[in-house]
Amino acid sequence: MVGIVLISHSPALAEGAAELARAMGVGKAVVEPAGGDVDGGLGTSIELVEHAVARADAGDGVLLLADLGSSVLTARTFIEDAEDAGDVAVLLADAPLVEGAVAAASMAATGAGLAAVRDAAEAARDHRKLR
Amino acid sequence: MNAAGLAAWIRHAAHLVSADAEHLTRLDAAVGDGDHGLNLDRGFGAAAEAVGALSDDATPGKVVLTAGRAIVSKTGGASGPLYGTALRRAGKALGDRTEVDAAALGAALAAALEGVQELGKAAEGDKTMVDALIPAVSAYEGALAGGADLASCVRAAADGAAKGAEATVPLRARKGRASYLGERSEGHMDPGAASTALILRALADVTVEG
Repeated sequence: MVGIVLISHSPALAEGAAELARAMGVGKAVVEPAGGDVDGGLGTSIELVEHAVARADAGDGVLLLADLGSSVLTARTFIEDAEDAGDVAVLLADAPLVEGAVAAASMAATGAGLAAVRDAAEAARDHRKLR
Repeated sequence: MNAAGLAAWIRHAAHLVSADAEHLTRLDAAVGDGDHGLNLDRGFGAAAEAVGALSDDATPGKVVLTAGRAIVSKTGGASGPLYGTALRRAGKALGDRTEVDAAALGAALAAALEGVQELGKAAEGDKTMVDALIPAVSAYEGALAGGADLASCVRAAADGAAKGAEATVPLRARKGRASYLGERSEGHMDPGAASTALILRALADVTVEG
């Protein structure tokens, strides 16, 4: 199954979004938070992303979602390194964090592949709230 | 320029960043989240430490690559991936050579700019570090084409970066937190452009001394 990693500046935001996404992934989807810096404060850490990807990786690839700014840059830097190392397939979804995580977990729980899970996350961008 | 010269640059850059951390943080507090000086101080401090731990036979490319890796893992904010990528790309561009001439250093500087733009997707005029790096690269390349030696090329790049940073003051930010402020981001120097100018000034300082 495709794993999912949520990267946020805030540990609480990453963990809360992961909790919600796991519930929508009917307890099957593996959603791991990578929130804050290594000291537990607000920030981003490529080491926390590395650890979360290792936990989420079951051999079918890992989808990353990021909140903003340095989370996105850290995710992209991690992917560049992962591509150089070639040990795990990782993609970053161009998607809002919460909506994207819920959509990705729902799709991942069906056993779909990495590209399909990424597409589901990105399609969440079009789910409007007032129309 | 050899590996020791580049290690001296990283140490001097860490020193200048540390001395200027409060100023960088003040610039960042005006338009960003107010952590630029602190983050960069931590990142370059870690880079200086990592470079100091290398063996004496490390190549110039290895020195710069090692500094970049330390900055990516220790900095914290957006400047970590950006400066880390800049240095890692520059280090890769230097390859296995043991002596860096003016042309090789120019190619490394251009590779750094390319890496930053690829990662951050910023264009010239977006009020980012790219607005210091682009004039630095063109000034370096102009000096090189005119037959200048390495030290003069680096001095031209540092001057170009400083002018580029100054020129970010009236710009409206189109990247990062500052972009949420619209016209209120005008009238402040971009902290990333300011720190880029500082780091290139560090290179000019050690090149003249060497």
